[in-house]
Amino acid sequence: MRRVSPLRRVGVTGRGLVVLFPYLWLLLFLLVPFVIVLKISFSDVDLAIPPYRPLIEWIGKNSLAIKLNLNNYAFLFTDSLYISAFLNSIKVAFISTLLCLIIGYPIAYGIARSSATSRNLLLLLVVLPFWTSLLLRVYAWIGLLKANGVINNILIWLGVIHEPLTMLYTPFAMYVGIVYSYLPFLILPLYANLEKMDWQLLEAAEDLGCRPWQAFYKITLPLSRNGILAGSMLVFIPAVGEFVIPALLGGPNALMIGRVLWDEFFSNRAWPVASAVAILLLILLVPFMMWYQSVQARESAGAR
Amino acid sequence: MNYRRSFFIVTCLAFGFAFLYIPILSMVVFSFNASKLVTVWDAANSPTLKWYYSLLNNEEILDAAWISLKVAVINASGSVILGTLAGFGLARFGQFRGRFTLNAMTTAPLVMPEVITGLSLLLLFVALEQSIGWPAGRGITTMTIGHMTFSMAYVTVVVQSRMATFDTALEEAAMDLGARPLKVFFVITLPIIFPAILSGWLLAFTLSWDDLVISSFTSGPGSSTLPMVVFSKVRLGVSPEINVLATLTMTVVTLMIVGVSFWFSRAGKLEGAAA
Repeated sequence: MRRVSPLRRVGVTGRGLVVLFPYLWLLLFLLVPFVIVLKISFSDVDLAIPPYRPLIEWIGKNSLAIKLNLNNYAFLFTDSLYISAFLNSIKVAFISTLLCLIIGYPIAYGIARSSATSRNLLLLLVVLPFWTSLLLRVYAWIGLLKANGVINNILIWLGVIHEPLTMLYTPFAMYVGIVYSYLPFLILPLYANLEKMDWQLLEAAEDLGCRPWQAFYKITLPLSRNGILAGSMLVFIPAVGEFVIPALLGGPNALMIGRVLWDEFFSNRAWPVASAVAILLLILLVPFMMWYQSVQARESAGAR
Repeated sequence: MNYRRSFFIVTCLAFGFAFLYIPILSMVVFSFNASKLVTVWDAANSPTLKWYYSLLNNEEILDAAWISLKVAVINASGSVILGTLAGFGLARFGQFRGRFTLNAMTTAPLVMPEVITGLSLLLLFVALEQSIGWPAGRGITTMTIGHMTFSMAYVTVVVQSRMATFDTALEEAAMDLGARPLKVFFVITLPIIFPAILSGWLLAFTLSWDDLVISSFTSGPGSSTLPMVVFSKVRLGVSPEINVLATLTMTVVTLMIVGVSFWFSRAGKLEGAAA
């Protein structure tokens, strides 16, 4: 007879213990914090440390008052700054995702159609920038785009322009920065999907008289749908809340919600308002996250 | 695969990689520039190593780098343990209670905007300090906890996908021969997934070393990390020392990645030859 450990007798199994630690960790440091953010988004601002009032207070003897303050949310919907920051973030993230797709698809496709040896090298070249600091790569664009920066100097030297172009601190710079930083996130899942493609389908289509573009449009594109969706989601969702790139390249008028949240928190010390912004942003993004997870599940199910 | 790559695709690849690498190369080139104007090449006095000397004597940057290093190493080691456990469980245990939540919680940090994660962690630490007195103030501990929370999600994905592709017959054979589950894990599973664990460690290290947003929310006075110092410098304008820092980072990362992938491909070939 097998020895039964005392732990197992009280219902704790080895398997349970394995997942228990990561589970508890994420519960405490990922899920519980969101509950606290939700709570603080309903509280009043206070000139204290920490700068908000508790929701639940003892008033007098034996009576407990719970005060839900909806002003923070009302404030977000009445001040046009927040609504336009939300809308602008969605617009910027959407356009950046499209640009990433237009630039990234041919790259992922090209790598998937390369020979096995050059494929590994090309993949390494895509991944390498991702391993180096995002901050430093964004900083590189400041040097390229500013008034006496590399691009302007070259264009003046070539005689294409006579006055330097204003590129830094414009929406253009912000788009360049976002597309540049997030491009590997789109290429990798798309490549992983295209790599599994049966290229004989394309040959069959061409043998049957399909033009290469038609074959691409009718076969490759629909079959790579999950890769496109997964990659786009990996760009779109974080880009909506992006802070570093608009802060460094976008200039003072670049109204992005991640930056608004940062300023409310660090400059205005308005923790409840920042929390309300975070909650609304989360409500906006959770459907996309769930979509991403279901696409991922479909992809890995299809792989087996 | 005898389908030849079209001219169009090759052009796209060339432009794509130029786009990815020109900014990086420009930083490398200008790190040797003598002029303080950073992007104006001073042909008379360049190339020079003067900004390298000045970076290596910059106390503020060195102190911040030391803090970043400590946080990154502790973070990577902790994340690898938690992420391997989670990845192992998700890949091997089939359906279990809490699987859906665990899966969701390890996917969410991959896409979650950092400002949300940072803010929520800080509010948690403040609430904990108020109610149980721990953590007292914020600094390296709170930053490391914050980094581990999102790094372990990446490690989980890496380990889980490695576990999904390897043959479970080896584990089953060991079990049939009477090895207990714990022994099977250490003798069979761990050596096979070791490359994934190492990649996970490096990934977690890099994520932490580069993180600005979550560190800014969860750090305290006197515990500025390297990205925080770089960010405040860059906000004031370009600085030649940052080009040097970028060049050094790029060199270390390139050597590391190339070395590791070379080692993996060799190990892979040996494994293939033995089988």
